[in-house]
Amino acid sequence: MTKQVQQLDRVIIRFAGDSGDGMQLTGDRFTAETAQFGNDLSTLPNFPAEIRAPAGTLPGVSSFQLHFADHDILTPGDAPNVLVAMNPAALKANLADLPRRADIIANIDEFTKRNLVKVGYAGNPIEDDSLAEWRLHAVPLTSLTVRALEGFDISKKDAERAKNMFALGLLSWLYSRPTEGTIAFLEAKFARKPEIAKANIAAFQAGWNYGETTESFSTSYEIKPATLRPGTYRNISGNQALAYGLIAASVQARLPLFLGSYPITPASDILHELSRHKHFGIRTFQAEDEIAGVAAALGAAFGGSLGVTTTSGPGVALKAETVGLAVTTELPLIVVDVQRAGPSTGMPTKTEQTDLLMAMFGRNGESPVPVFAPATPSDCFTMAVEAARIAVKYRTPVMLLSDGYLANGSEPWRIPEIDELPDISVRFTTAPNGDDGTMYLPYLRDPATLARPWAVPGTPGLEHRIGGIEKADGSGNISYDPNNHDRMVRLRQAKIDGIDVPPLEVDDPDGDARVLVLGWGSTYGPIAAAVRRVRKDGGKVAQAHLRHLNPLPANTCEVLRSYDKVLLPEINLGQLAMLLRARFLVDVITYNQVRGLPFKAAELAAVIQDVIDSD
Amino acid sequence: MTDTTNGSLNGKGLALIPRAEGKQTLKDFKSDQEVRWCPGCGDYAILAAVQSFLPELGLKRENIVFVSGIGCSSRFPYYLNTYGFHSIHGRAPAIATGLAASRPDLSVWVITGDGDALSIGGNHLIHALRRNVNLNILLFNNRIYGLTKGQYSPTSEVGKITKSTPMGSLDKPFNPISLALGAEAGFVARTIDSDRKHLQSVLRQAAAHRGTSLVEIYQNCNIFNDGAFDTLKDPATRDEITIRLEHGQPIVFGTGDNEQAVRLSPYGGVEVVRRSEASDDQILVHDAHNPDPSPAFALSRLDEPAFQHVPIGVFRSIDRPSYDHLLNEQVRAATADKGAGSLADLLHGGDTWQIN
Repeated sequence: MTKQVQQLDRVIIRFAGDSGDGMQLTGDRFTAETAQFGNDLSTLPNFPAEIRAPAGTLPGVSSFQLHFADHDILTPGDAPNVLVAMNPAALKANLADLPRRADIIANIDEFTKRNLVKVGYAGNPIEDDSLAEWRLHAVPLTSLTVRALEGFDISKKDAERAKNMFALGLLSWLYSRPTEGTIAFLEAKFARKPEIAKANIAAFQAGWNYGETTESFSTSYEIKPATLRPGTYRNISGNQALAYGLIAASVQARLPLFLGSYPITPASDILHELSRHKHFGIRTFQAEDEIAGVAAALGAAFGGSLGVTTTSGPGVALKAETVGLAVTTELPLIVVDVQRAGPSTGMPTKTEQTDLLMAMFGRNGESPVPVFAPATPSDCFTMAVEAARIAVKYRTPVMLLSDGYLANGSEPWRIPEIDELPDISVRFTTAPNGDDGTMYLPYLRDPATLARPWAVPGTPGLEHRIGGIEKADGSGNISYDPNNHDRMVRLRQAKIDGIDVPPLEVDDPDGDARVLVLGWGSTYGPIAAAVRRVRKDGGKVAQAHLRHLNPLPANTCEVLRSYDKVLLPEINLGQLAMLLRARFLVDVITYNQVRGLPFKAAELAAVIQDVIDSD
Repeated sequence: MTDTTNGSLNGKGLALIPRAEGKQTLKDFKSDQEVRWCPGCGDYAILAAVQSFLPELGLKRENIVFVSGIGCSSRFPYYLNTYGFHSIHGRAPAIATGLAASRPDLSVWVITGDGDALSIGGNHLIHALRRNVNLNILLFNNRIYGLTKGQYSPTSEVGKITKSTPMGSLDKPFNPISLALGAEAGFVARTIDSDRKHLQSVLRQAAAHRGTSLVEIYQNCNIFNDGAFDTLKDPATRDEITIRLEHGQPIVFGTGDNEQAVRLSPYGGVEVVRRSEASDDQILVHDAHNPDPSPAFALSRLDEPAFQHVPIGVFRSIDRPSYDHLLNEQVRAATADKGAGSLADLLHGGDTWQIN
């Protein structure tokens, strides 16, 4: 049978199955193949917090969405063109997101009466006509896999478990993906179990061959490589990029990295990643709790390390007092908050932007800290270096707000040349700075930056004491003097207000838009994709995105005031909006969702159009 | 493979810390800050003992750091001309852990109190002890909250009448020595503010210990809990109460007709009997290096009921690998194995592709 090959410009695939079905791995591999092929891509994993929810149930469904294209794209896509449903629960949980005429590849072996009843299906949707509006491909993935592996010396259970590789093989054929990488990956992953490795590779190849021979797929697709900026690329997730950014910061600052951390979703992968790179002089410390994590990082910073702690919202709440100590002792410290849905435990694996006000104000006393937020998964690298640059230059804790969407999402990243990275090296103070030539004044500030000197233990003649009690300006000795306290509070604030952050850039191609869409953090992709859609339909809209939230870029007020309307979508109930209204008396128009998911480009486009039209 | 022993560092807590050139004196360690404890506070005696003991270590002053939490005792670092960090309530062991783990060339001392270490910072204390970072923790135990003006503390006796417990406190106190031994501490000792010679001898052994050492120092708060340790200080009672533990020596105390001895009890612990009732071979010989902490734990229970007998001295001093040593050894081993990290190699690791 001759198969047709059709050209597409972009595709969105969602792999969905039980949390034990290996959907994240399948998605990761398809992503790697796609990256290798040269498409632009963006991914969105979506998994339950439970490690293994009861098999076959709706809460146990895990999915991985991948958007890839022959042009540059900004989001993992709103709605899948293809759903791979490994069981009835996966179908039921995802069908509502699936537009009409989308493809469904369903593993019919799992559509047993028992599994159907478990998720509340009265009949079998594969057999009745309830899926008539979609293009259904009913494939016995499990039994085909087991049959393909008959000759292998493995258990039936192990054979069944390889069905995700069969599905990956089928999809790889369908979208003309390169296969060498997956084969090499499986050989490495199961290096100690060669029979399992061979079986998985056989399942993968059987899936490919099935696509080529079966009549249920008459067409395969090609998506040409995207034209991206020249350079060397790799695919990278937000957490990995953030970890690499911290390592780069350590190298560029010439300070050993000390990470004090306590495991928490969705931040733990940064701890895992950094713990693998001790040959960079990195010390990772899994502490007894969140407080000890940040406290140890601060202790290491006192000793001259680049101190870092990584956590999510509940952890930031616990670390607040220690961050305040870092504010007043004016030591460099990086606090990474990979935000997740709250309050309290909330939804640990779901994303939100609800920690902004906590990052800004969640400490006792006047306790200003810089707050930065990366815009995309790969931007986590850049902003980690930026956080370190500011922390060491101004001797201050810095809050870096990533979130679950950035942490687990991935995209191609043009690897920077080392000489493109900023030199953020610091000079420790090694000589007395007092007028008399013998005294060391730990709070004598640099007039340009207002940063205090940083003299580390081991430096002779500069022995000094710092702490949480208010310090006399200059000498750092304990002081309860009212005027001194007033001065120190204002100095600490002035230091943060004076941090050199780049100006806010506005994307306004024709320069005549009257509506500005402003965003911060991980909403960059969906907002930019929505703006493109509006412009494509002839709408005029400008876009600006904040990565520095405290201090705000100096031109922020000017930018906001130069548009008739400012629309601010946030995955919270209007936290940045509150700050902007208070600071600039600009009544921004808010658009808020807190569903634990990123915005969809289509819905944001409609919101933007409404604002444009509502004159 | 990571070296999982302390190697030549065993018993040499100060081996990695640079030595001072020339002789140091007490004056070198006094800061220019006015000491602001209440007149008569036991902290003065401890400060004087520490200031006069530090020169004897012969370490570079700039390589000594005192880290404290919150409470009266936590003002201690301000009065020493070393590096110092007066931190927040209960967190000093955690801050000191980060410092000591990243800077093996420092002699790091934690100054804490019974509220700071055993209430708000209890978790950090037990984890520091089991983790065994090279720290010396001096726990000033006055059995009361001083800085907050007189509430009962986690070492106050049951029934303590204070401002917050006008009808008497209800909760059983911690025995810091028992707690430390239960938390896998490698070095555990107790001493008294008023006995400078004993205090300094314990500090000397704590400093020499590689790993976390915990020294409980009975300290009198003359404002809110005056006389808490008087029975240990009064010549009329002290010899019948105080048991001076010395490694390798039979545990006997008291004088004359009141001479007493400690022997194993048939119930699994230890008991105090009249010296004349115990044969020489029944008397427990104190072994601070015993890998089994049970006898040391049994000794720590001799003050039940409260202060009937109070052992002082080093309960336990065993060598086991310190966390900082193991951590830095992993860094060294990874570097030896993979070479010093190359940022370019790291960023280009994994699957990459070229766009021209």
